[in-house]
Amino acid sequence: MTIGMSDFFEKRLIFENEVFTVEDLNVVIAGAAGEGIETLGLVLAGTVASLGYHVFTWQEYESRIRGGHNSYCIRISERPKNAPVEAADILLALNKGAANKYERLLNQDGIIVSPEKGDGHRRLTISFSEVAKENFGSKIYANSVAAGALAQILGIEVGALVKVLEDKFSKKGQEVIDANREAAEKGAAMAGEQCKDLCPWKLAEKKANTYRITGNEAIALGAVYGGCRFMAAYPMSPSTGIITYLAKHEKEFKVFTEQAEDEIAAVNMAIGAGYAGARAMTATSGGGFALMTEGISLAGMTETPLVVVLAQRPGPATGLPTRTAQGDLLFAFHAGHGEFPRMILAPADPKDAFHKMVKAFNMADKYQIPVTVLTDQYLADSGFSIEDFEPDQSKPVSFLGDPSEISNYKRYALGSDNGVSPRLYPGQSDHLVCVDSDEHDEAGHITEDLDGMALPMSEKRLAKLDGLRREIAAPEQKAVEKAEIVFVGWGSSRQAILEALALLENDGIQAGMIHFTEIRPFPDFSFPEEKSYWSVEGNATGQLAGLLKSRFSVNFAGHIGRYDGLPLTARYIIRNIFDERKK
Amino acid sequence: MSEKSEYDNKVEIQWCPGCPNFGILEAFKKAFADIGKKPHEICLVSGIGQAAKLPHYLRCNVFNGLHGRAIPVAVGIQSVNPELTTMVVTGDGDCYGEGGNHFIHALRRNPDITLVVHNNEIYALTKGQASPTTKPGEKRTLQVDGVLTSALNPLAIAIIQGCTFVARGFAGEPDHLSELLAAAIRHPGFSYVDIIQPCITWGNHSVRWFKDRVYQLDKEYDANNRAAALEKVTTDSDRMPIGILYRSDPKPPFGQRFRDEITDRILANQDFVQAEKIGDILERFKVNRDIFYSSGQV
Repeated sequence: MTIGMSDFFEKRLIFENEVFTVEDLNVVIAGAAGEGIETLGLVLAGTVASLGYHVFTWQEYESRIRGGHNSYCIRISERPKNAPVEAADILLALNKGAANKYERLLNQDGIIVSPEKGDGHRRLTISFSEVAKENFGSKIYANSVAAGALAQILGIEVGALVKVLEDKFSKKGQEVIDANREAAEKGAAMAGEQCKDLCPWKLAEKKANTYRITGNEAIALGAVYGGCRFMAAYPMSPSTGIITYLAKHEKEFKVFTEQAEDEIAAVNMAIGAGYAGARAMTATSGGGFALMTEGISLAGMTETPLVVVLAQRPGPATGLPTRTAQGDLLFAFHAGHGEFPRMILAPADPKDAFHKMVKAFNMADKYQIPVTVLTDQYLADSGFSIEDFEPDQSKPVSFLGDPSEISNYKRYALGSDNGVSPRLYPGQSDHLVCVDSDEHDEAGHITEDLDGMALPMSEKRLAKLDGLRREIAAPEQKAVEKAEIVFVGWGSSRQAILEALALLENDGIQAGMIHFTEIRPFPDFSFPEEKSYWSVEGNATGQLAGLLKSRFSVNFAGHIGRYDGLPLTARYIIRNIFDERKK
Repeated sequence: MSEKSEYDNKVEIQWCPGCPNFGILEAFKKAFADIGKKPHEICLVSGIGQAAKLPHYLRCNVFNGLHGRAIPVAVGIQSVNPELTTMVVTGDGDCYGEGGNHFIHALRRNPDITLVVHNNEIYALTKGQASPTTKPGEKRTLQVDGVLTSALNPLAIAIIQGCTFVARGFAGEPDHLSELLAAAIRHPGFSYVDIIQPCITWGNHSVRWFKDRVYQLDKEYDANNRAAALEKVTTDSDRMPIGILYRSDPKPPFGQRFRDEITDRILANQDFVQAEKIGDILERFKVNRDIFYSSGQV
């Protein structure tokens, strides 16, 4: 540590056996849509991960295919840190506009790499596209030059990067591989000349080997494990990655996928498939979910298992198509006309999402109900570092009836304790399976017999709630007992809240967390008394807080809401709680 | 061959007495009996409206869903279990109005489903409003000065869009209709039968009026000639042809590629993937993964 290291570096770099270890490092790559920042980010993240580091990636991008300003953030650490941070330690801007927009994120002692000279920060100047054009004849190699520069800055052996590039371009022929390797080496050399004392990092190879996965991928895999055989969906960000992944791997997963003409068709196709005896799902975002609500009610009435993933983005209407929010909780909570039991799950991260999908399919099957899984753009698209998935912690279980045990079959037979009638599927045997969106009799035919049939049918459906309540997990509690302040959140904000607790603890403030991932029906739970409860949600109005107030009579001291399209972060939470408490 | 009575169901029929729908119901039973399909091998899917009640009056599997949404439900059923004889039974308001989008896309998708539309050119269950097929000028309870918009021509749409079996029947000729239904069910891929169904309560014309105008296509008519079929269904005429208007070689039905290349097993009640297998798949997510989203936005 010969250079005048700032407090910042000292906080983040621990000198251990002549090797720097990385506690927490945030690299931001910024550029225009179409410039390939996602590819560049994935290559760099893959390289760092291949060395055994935990890598968390998230991106924020505009709803366009070319131009604008987007960023891809790579958080590197030796322990999993699956949450976004705002400040950048290293900023690589592919163009001047991106540098201008994102330089404000750079830490005081951070390093910026960009094509333009400037003042104010430790700075490397490399004209990526010009270098690529001059040396390799085309600016398409600019990103490999940039990747090489970043590798050098991070103190990564360029060979580790080249390995990832070779893998990525393996199908494009030796010439392309060679050009990209040389471009990366050129970028590394140029950065090396300028780095000198500026770049203190050295990412050496570690033994750890973790999973790098997005929320959408984990949901798709959870669906496969949960027994999903059919998925219909209409493309809508940020949910589209789920069906894309299943379609891409259809030979292996054997899931029938179909792009429906609209979300109404998508949900009805899934219901048809569910009726026919296959575990089926659809996925969408808020606007598409609005179109699906009648179908959710249909699943409730016909008692057809259905799993719907609602990947939230900011609304109302088209809103911000590529950004994140937790603004549709109340909508999902109340979606569908009439009264019928349903379940709502809101996973915290990809591992949780994987297991929640298995639970969603099991519960939809067991109670013959619609189950909504609430995610958001942040969870759907970000790349998380997961130490172990432990798939066998969940188990898919079928609850279909056995036709050989049934005589005189009636799809909606009354008389069970839990409101569930044996479910067979058409063609399974010579029992006929009749279901109806009208109020119906036990055999599934239209009825207008109010006292004799409509009433007991309605009560039969609602009787499932008792069983469902027992299936729901209590919220996670962290350090609540000693805490003065308790943050109450749900879904994907878990890690940001946990990091906020740690930062507050450093400042001597005891804070705790109560975090919900299973929301409807509410679990049996009581909020400890004499705490200062703060709701932390990706919405303006405190939607979960409102539900908790009416269900548990808990009072909130305040609401920390984020509704600018970006994910909650620890810094955001802390900034806002101090601002709010000053009032 | 089965007996027609095999499909009788002991459910109270809610149609108006004397409704031509009873003729359609008989035609269904006769078609099923002729084909020899057992009740449990048949799945009827319907939406909402008077026509959509028909499945309840037959012994078979039934999915009576939402208004306009029968076709996507049937597509889901048929994708999972192509061995079922899946049919959609619905009315003009349900299929051409509320569910028009699904009708168009079923023609594109070509699922092995038979679509049967009771076309009475009126919304009967909601008491006599115009439907998409009501002729301009005809008065309805809501269109008090007569319908001003042009009528949808679903038969022409089906022919133009490449449907390989397009027929029209008449509720007043159940024997002829049952032959059409049987031929439609036997036809691989999407088959479509529009049925002229006089509404004796809300309609402007008597059954007699229709009988005077309906005629069966003669043997000279070449149902394989697409241009002639299109001309037949787009030429204004006081007379109404019934029969197979257009038929061509079947195209591969929806889901065939999946069944050929992925699995030809019925997707219902399949074995679960083992945890170990999922563990193996997850191993691929250990670094150097190569998943690039298309960023398909909005």
